[in-house]
Amino acid sequence: MAILIDESSRVVVQGITGREGSFHALRNRDYGTQVVAGVTPGKGGRQVEGIPVFDTVRGAVEAEGVDTSLIFVPARFAADAMYEAIDAGVGVVVTITEGIPVHDMLRAYHHARAQGVTLIGPNCPGLISPGRANVGIIPTSVFKQGGVGLVSRSGTLTYQIAHELTRRGIGQSTAVGIGGDPIVGSSFIDVLERFGADEQTEAVVLVGEIGGSEEEAAAAWAQEHLDKPVVAYVAGFTAPPGKQMGHAGAIISGSAGTAQAKQQALEAAGIRVGKDPSEVGELVAGALC
Amino acid sequence: MDLYEHQGKELLGCMGVPVPAGRVAFSVEEAVAAAEELGGPVVVKAQVHTGGRGKAGGIRVVDDAAGASRAAADILGMDIKGHTVGRVYVEEASDIARELYAAIVLDRAEKRPLAMLSSMGGMDVEEIAREHPGAIARVHIDPLLGWSDYLGRRLAFESGLAADMGPAVSEVMARLFEAFVIYEATLVEVNPLAVLADGRVVALDCKLTADDNALFRHADIAGMRDVSAADPQEQMARERGVTYVKLDGEVGVLGNGAGLVMSTLDVVANAGGRPANFLDVGGGAKAEEIVHALEVITSDEKVRVIFFNIFGGITRCDEVARGILTAVDQLRIMLPIVVRLDGTNQEEGRSLIAEAGLENVYSEPTMTAAAERAVALAGA
Repeated sequence: MAILIDESSRVVVQGITGREGSFHALRNRDYGTQVVAGVTPGKGGRQVEGIPVFDTVRGAVEAEGVDTSLIFVPARFAADAMYEAIDAGVGVVVTITEGIPVHDMLRAYHHARAQGVTLIGPNCPGLISPGRANVGIIPTSVFKQGGVGLVSRSGTLTYQIAHELTRRGIGQSTAVGIGGDPIVGSSFIDVLERFGADEQTEAVVLVGEIGGSEEEAAAAWAQEHLDKPVVAYVAGFTAPPGKQMGHAGAIISGSAGTAQAKQQALEAAGIRVGKDPSEVGELVAGALC
Repeated sequence: MDLYEHQGKELLGCMGVPVPAGRVAFSVEEAVAAAEELGGPVVVKAQVHTGGRGKAGGIRVVDDAAGASRAAADILGMDIKGHTVGRVYVEEASDIARELYAAIVLDRAEKRPLAMLSSMGGMDVEEIAREHPGAIARVHIDPLLGWSDYLGRRLAFESGLAADMGPAVSEVMARLFEAFVIYEATLVEVNPLAVLADGRVVALDCKLTADDNALFRHADIAGMRDVSAADPQEQMARERGVTYVKLDGEVGVLGNGAGLVMSTLDVVANAGGRPANFLDVGGGAKAEEIVHALEVITSDEKVRVIFFNIFGGITRCDEVARGILTAVDQLRIMLPIVVRLDGTNQEEGRSLIAEAGLENVYSEPTMTAAAERAVALAGA
C-alpha cells in the first residue's frame, strides 16, 4: 500500500504562488496527486491553475480537508510554516527548503513529535509512491511502481539509485528523501518502521552519507526489527574531516561520522553495502530472487 | 563557521561568562601595545582554526612587553597544521589552580543540545572520553524548555567537583547554554575552564562554531569571518555562490546534488584517481552557473582533467549539455573533460556533446566508465 502518501492524500502547498511552489504543485498534480489547496498569506481567494489559494493553512484544512503539506517557503520563514501546518492538524509535513537554521529545527522537531505529526525534511526532495502520488521535487520518470522501499539523505543520489533499480525492472513502493540537514524530522528508523509494516514493500534500500550516526542506529534497529532484505549505500569515503560536503549534515566531526564506520556497522548487521550506485542495483536484484 | 578564540571569548564575555582581559594583535607592534596596556605577565596565543597550538609552540607565557614582542615575532607567520598564523591574542596570565572541561554541543543523535562538564580539563575531549570514560558528566537540554538550574547542579555534582565550586561552575554552564542559544551555535567549548587560585572560574580558551544557516540573523558574527584565512579557491567559490570543497588530487569533479557528487569522488577513488575537489552545481545547471563552477575548478593548478557527473531529473540532460558546451566555449578550456549524462533526455544530451565534436570533450554513459576515463586522462 506504499507509505506516508498515496492516491488518497490531500495536499496543500505552502508557498504555492512562488516560482518553485507553483511549478512543483502543478507537476505533482499532473502525476495524479491530489493537490487540493495552496497557501500564501495575503493571496487567499486566488487560484493557481485551478488550485484554490488560502491565506492560512487552517483555512485550507477547513475548506479542502488536507492531510499533507508541502513547504516551499524561504529558509527564514520555514519553521513558522511548519508550526502553522502542525498546529492546523496536518498529519504529514514535507519541507523542501534548504538552509533552515538548526536551532529552528531543534524546536520544530520536538514540537512535531509532541503533536504526533510526521515531519519529512527539511533540505529534502520530498517523497514519491510511484503510480500513486508525488509530493515534492522528485523527477517521476525514473521511478516505477513495485516492491522496493527507498530511503535516502540525498536527492540526486536517490534518483540515480532508483534509475539503477528501474532499469533492471525493479519498481519501488515509496521513495523517501529524509533530507541532508543535521536535524531532520524523520530518521532512517522512522521510515524503516513504516516499510517493515507495509505489505507492498518487499525489500529496502538505505542511502546514507557521512555525518552523524543515523546509519549506525538504523543498522542496529534493522537487525533487530526488520525481516525484509536491506541493501545500503554510503557516500563520502573520500571526504576529509571537518569539511561540510554540500549538505549541512554531511560533515565528519573529529573521528565521528565517517563512511567507513557506517559501512562497518551496516555490514556487521548483515546489510550488504554497494560500492557504487550500480552495484546497489545488482545487490537488490540478487536479494529479490 | 568556526570563530577564533578571541572572537568566541568576546561573545562569551557579552553573555556574562568570565574571561581574562585580552587584546587581539595583527603585528608585533600591536602585541607590544597590548602587553603594555594589560601590564604584568601575559600569554601570547596563535589564533588559528585548528587544535594543537600549544604543542606547535603557538602559545607562550611571557613576563612583560619585551617578552610579548619576541613571542609575537616568533608566532606571527608560523605554520600550524597548514594554517598560517595571521593574528595573536595577548591575554593577562592567569594563576590556575585547576583545569576543567566544559562544552555545549548539538547532539544530532538525540536531537537536543548536550552539556558536558569534566574535572579532567586541558586535554582533548576525545582523549578524556578514551582515557577517563567516567569523568565526563552529561545532561541533555530540552530545546522547548531551555535551561533549568538543576542541570548545572547535576553536572557539578556528577563530575565530582567540590561543593564549594559547584555554584560558580553551574552558573558558567547556564551562561554557556545561553550563549549557545542566542548566538545559534552548534558548538561552544571551553577547554580549559579554569578555577583560579583565588577561586574565580574563568574561560581560558573558547571554541565557538556558529550555524552558517543562521548567520542572516547575526550580522556581527558573519562579520567575523576571516577572508584571508580561507583557501583561495574556496574563497573564490564563496564569492560566486558555488558549493565547493578543495581536496588535493588531480581530477576536478562537478555534478548536480551533494550526495551524487560525494558518490562521484568515491567512484574516482575506486578507479585509482584522486579527486581535486567537491563541487555541487545544484539543480539548475544553467550555462552561467557552469561557467562559475569551471572558473573555480580551473583556478586550481593541480587539476588535469574535469569530470562532469550529471543525473538529469527535472533538469534535462540536453539543457545541461548545452550549458556545458557554452561554458567550455566561453572559457576556452583546453583540459580534457569527461561528461557523463544519465537520466531525463540522456540520449539528446549525449548527441549534443557528440555533435559538437570538441576534441577535448569525451562522453561516457556510466559513472564507472566516466571515472575510469577521467583517471586515465589525468595520468596521461
